[in-house]
Amino acid sequence: MNRMRSPEGAFGFRVERAGPLALLQDAGRFGVRRLGVTQGGPADLHGWAWANYLAGNPWGSAALEVTFGGLTLVAERDLTFAVAGADLGATLDGAQLPLWQRVRCREGQRLAFASPLNGLRAYLAVAGGFVAEQVLGSVACVVREGLGGFDGRGGKLAEGERLGVGEPAADVATLTTAPYEARLDYRATARLALLPGAQSADFTGTSLYRAFNMAWRVDDRADRMGVRLTGPRLACRIESLISEGIGLGAVQVPPDGQPIALLNDRQTIGGYPRLGALTPLAASRLAQCLPGQEVHLIAASREQALEEHRRFRTVFAG
Amino acid sequence: MSGALTGLPRLESAGLDGWMVRLFSRIDEANLPWLTALTRRCEAAFGDALVDLVPSYTTLLVVFDPLRLSPDEAQRRLQGLIADLVPDDAGADGAIHELPTWYDERVGPDLPRVAEHSGLSVEEVIACHSATEYRVFALGFAPGFAFMGLLDERLEVPRLDTPRQRVPVNSVAIAGRQTAAYPAVTPGGWNLLGRTTARLFDRDREGFSLLAVGDRVRFVPVDRETFEARGGDVTPMEAG
Repeated sequence: MNRMRSPEGAFGFRVERAGPLALLQDAGRFGVRRLGVTQGGPADLHGWAWANYLAGNPWGSAALEVTFGGLTLVAERDLTFAVAGADLGATLDGAQLPLWQRVRCREGQRLAFASPLNGLRAYLAVAGGFVAEQVLGSVACVVREGLGGFDGRGGKLAEGERLGVGEPAADVATLTTAPYEARLDYRATARLALLPGAQSADFTGTSLYRAFNMAWRVDDRADRMGVRLTGPRLACRIESLISEGIGLGAVQVPPDGQPIALLNDRQTIGGYPRLGALTPLAASRLAQCLPGQEVHLIAASREQALEEHRRFRTVFAG
Repeated sequence: MSGALTGLPRLESAGLDGWMVRLFSRIDEANLPWLTALTRRCEAAFGDALVDLVPSYTTLLVVFDPLRLSPDEAQRRLQGLIADLVPDDAGADGAIHELPTWYDERVGPDLPRVAEHSGLSVEEVIACHSATEYRVFALGFAPGFAFMGLLDERLEVPRLDTPRQRVPVNSVAIAGRQTAAYPAVTPGGWNLLGRTTARLFDRDREGFSLLAVGDRVRFVPVDRETFEARGGDVTPMEAG
């Protein structure tokens, strides 16, 4: 497949410094998991959705997920954009960039992400959305699978690369700044809603008590596939299963008793017993935690989780 | 379905947007027509609300959009589908694939280990592995990676203690009672027996993956000359 070439004039940014990890993400790759292809998409749905919304883009537009920082982009023309999610100390021509709101910049201005001040992943959405050729129905960049991204092959951004943007939508969002309650403080202890299920009944009573009543710490073994939590050792009466499909947010417990919450780039099937699944927004919240941060697992009901998800999505409807 | 003693089939919560349909308790070729039937019925019954389906050995994970179809309604629909499920014998045969394979120590460095473990000679290991027609039970681990079985009991060998960092693309491998071929370079702990010339995952191909759940697969031994003539990569493991 050939590299996507935007027509001249449709480039939005030039990459001056690529940083450790900046990935193009639309809503994700669906209907292909029976082929062993993972979901991809934004690790933090909340931050990604707000960035797109504030930039005036419809749901599902492709934004750049900037992990940790280190990325510097130069505007190739006058642009409207928004950055939401983590505060990575972003600056526009050296001045602090306001987050969670629509911003305009002029051609030649320099947008730089430094390092994490609050949260781990920032989302840069540009009006019109970033454009790249779809692979299996999505531009979501999954490095491990070599799928998606600007080159279609899961490649990382390269210095000097020019990033294409689409035509801005005619109907832009009425809000140009996110309400206070949407601007999450990722430094606070996260309370992660978990829907019990799967093999939860096979865990010992003590383990279930500990899972939901003791603090967990985010391990440094954390990426877009999954986040390992360390804390009390959980014991399950079954050590492994016949491999089966794994949903987003599934919390699996390998024999060492330390749970792993599975995120967007997880393998499609797996054979460890599961405590249940984080809600989509809880998985998003976890994706903003830095190693060493404390989190709590909160048993939630389907009704609560559905209500919370509806409230979240209603903002971006229409 | 004979599930009265085990409480199967049953539905298990798989989060806000998913239900796990557990149909069977053990791996069996006879599971496939039931899973195929359920997969097709889900596609029809969920329509636009269906987000993804992940079939595996004994289960089908059904992922849906909870804003289009509430989890409770999805549960009711699935219960309805399961209640009068009949196996889909039309698809039970599956497509048949022959994977030309060069079995050789240079590209299948675990042949001696498997031989030693099984008490067979290397030639017997090759004959045994290529004699069976395998079924694809699941795809996962990597795009186009098909878990196939069941392997002859004599070839049942555990995974490597330490997985390799890079298993060359198209490596043919076994672990437990299963066999597979690697569609891409990945880490892997399976025992490598050889290498195939088949293109296992090709995003320019209709359907992308050569193999699908339910397909039948036979590994056909070829010599090095044939392997090379068909575009096989003879680069030995050490150089890779």
